[in-house]
Amino acid sequence: MAELLERKRITVRVNGREVEDEVEVRTTLADWLREGLGLTGTHLGCEHGVCGACTVLVDGQAVRSCLMLAVQADGTEVRTVEGLAGPEGQLHPVQQAFLEHHALQCGFCTPGFLMTAVAFLEENPEPDEPSIREALSGNICRCTGYQPIVEAVADAAGRLRAPARAAG
Amino acid sequence: MKPPRFAYAAPESLEEALELLKEHGSEAKVLAGGQSLMPMLNLRLLKPAILVDINRLPGRDRIDEAEGMLRVGLLVRHRQAERSPLVRQSLPLLAEAVRQIGHPQIRNRGTLCGSVAHADPAAELPAVLAALGGQVVLRSAGGRRVLPADQFFLGFLTTALEPEEVVEELRLPVAPPRTGAAFLEFSRRAGDFALVGVAAQLAFDAAGRIAAAGLALTGVGGTPFKAASAEALLRGQAPSARLFAEAAERVREEVDPEADIHASAEYRRHLAQVLTRRALEAAWRRAGLEAA
Ligand SMILES: Cc1cc2nc3c(=O)[nH]c(=O)nc-3n(C[C@H](O)[C@H](O)[C@H](O)COP(=O)(O)OP(=O)(O)OC[C@H]3O[C@@H](n4cnc5c(N)ncnc54)[C@H](O)[C@@H]3O)c2cc1C
Ligand code: FES
Ligand code: FES
Repeated sequence: MAELLERKRITVRVNGREVEDEVEVRTTLADWLREGLGLTGTHLGCEHGVCGACTVLVDGQAVRSCLMLAVQADGTEVRTVEGLAGPEGQLHPVQQAFLEHHALQCGFCTPGFLMTAVAFLEENPEPDEPSIREALSGNICRCTGYQPIVEAVADAAGRLRAPARAAG
Repeated sequence: MKPPRFAYAAPESLEEALELLKEHGSEAKVLAGGQSLMPMLNLRLLKPAILVDINRLPGRDRIDEAEGMLRVGLLVRHRQAERSPLVRQSLPLLAEAVRQIGHPQIRNRGTLCGSVAHADPAAELPAVLAALGGQVVLRSAGGRRVLPADQFFLGFLTTALEPEEVVEELRLPVAPPRTGAAFLEFSRRAGDFALVGVAAQLAFDAAGRIAAAGLALTGVGGTPFKAASAEALLRGQAPSARLFAEAAERVREEVDPEADIHASAEYRRHLAQVLTRRALEAAWRRAGLEAA
């Protein structure tokens, strides 16, 4: 019969690096990333699934890291906002577009929006505005009024397509 | 650290999971997508001694069709159903309902069986099951039983599910030819749980009359409201805007919603009427028989 555990060893690829750790089973993925690994770019707003600030990618899919246990991420590949910029610190095209469109003010919601947008654009390289709005509907921003965020994502879609076009 | 202390098991076979549930009964909780359970743990509304995580069960994420029924497996996630060509083709009502559940991040994790097991009165899928006369397959170490929707949903977050059982599968009758369907809902913010939702499916006979009507609502009671008398009123009739308005009026008279912080009872009743009429009209339009 499957063992009942209070602590468990996990191995997770986080932003391309393999990490091994032992966690208490009730630790959420968000808390493990923040407190276990010091990746405090993943923000916690509500901690019950409604604000989207904690969005990370697990095996390429955007999920709420406050609604997943760290033990459930065992064996997966996790991407957080810290994994977006290049090795020399050059911003990811979605980050660059957020910067240029003033798509952040206080920045609290930004990591969640960025990760949501990155997953969305990987699946939908040519989105229209209504589908951008629907993709972002699970993320709350108290500052910007959303308009610049929607514009940044539309612009980022173009930037991400451009190198592909140039290459072929 | 938000969730209370618990012991955790992630069995790799359904048999093992069922053994754990049998042994620990109401001490244990099944963890599926976690999109309803994790918020309750984080808010400490629940303190189960044991969590049985079913996410590692192999081969349980299938959607297939057999004997006129679409069968949705234990671990099928909302996102998967939303994208499934089979669902879109065999049961457009389900495809449209699933798209309206929460947000993309929620749909990436949440499961259809979990949503049915949880039985939120505002949830889309219980209403789809009720409208279509779907079935819920329950499985325990002792065996399997199959319940029709109206015997499964018993009240606010309350179902016929026993502590040692899991929802193993949902079964929904495939839409017959000459069918149109619509799932319409009204919520204050896109992606939120809706105030009221309507699942409607109309099947037409060769003469263009309504051969069968399935109609159920969310948000007007503790369980999905099966609009049986409106369905009876529609059956055998030629479709018309007037007929649909009459059916919607019938729904308005028969629902008995309660007021809460989100909406007054009167407002919910109004939404029930308006959305029923619009859903029936959309179902008719989508069946593509208007010109006939
Ligand atoms: C912000 C937000 C918005 C949402 N909006 C909506 C919405 O608009 N409409 C909607 O319908 N839902 C909505 N949800 C909830 C979502 O659909 C959940 O996915 C669903 O209610 C539960 O499915 P789950 O797989 O996540 O189950 P879990 O959260 O894992 O479990 C929920 C409950 O069901 C039990 N359970 C789960 N699976 C089984 C099973 N197979 N057998 C027996 N018991 C089981 C668990 O023990 C638990 O008690 C929302 C959630 C969030 C966080
Ligand atoms: S912190 Fe996870 S959704 Fe708000
Ligand atoms: S920038 Fe402040 S919450 Fe979005």
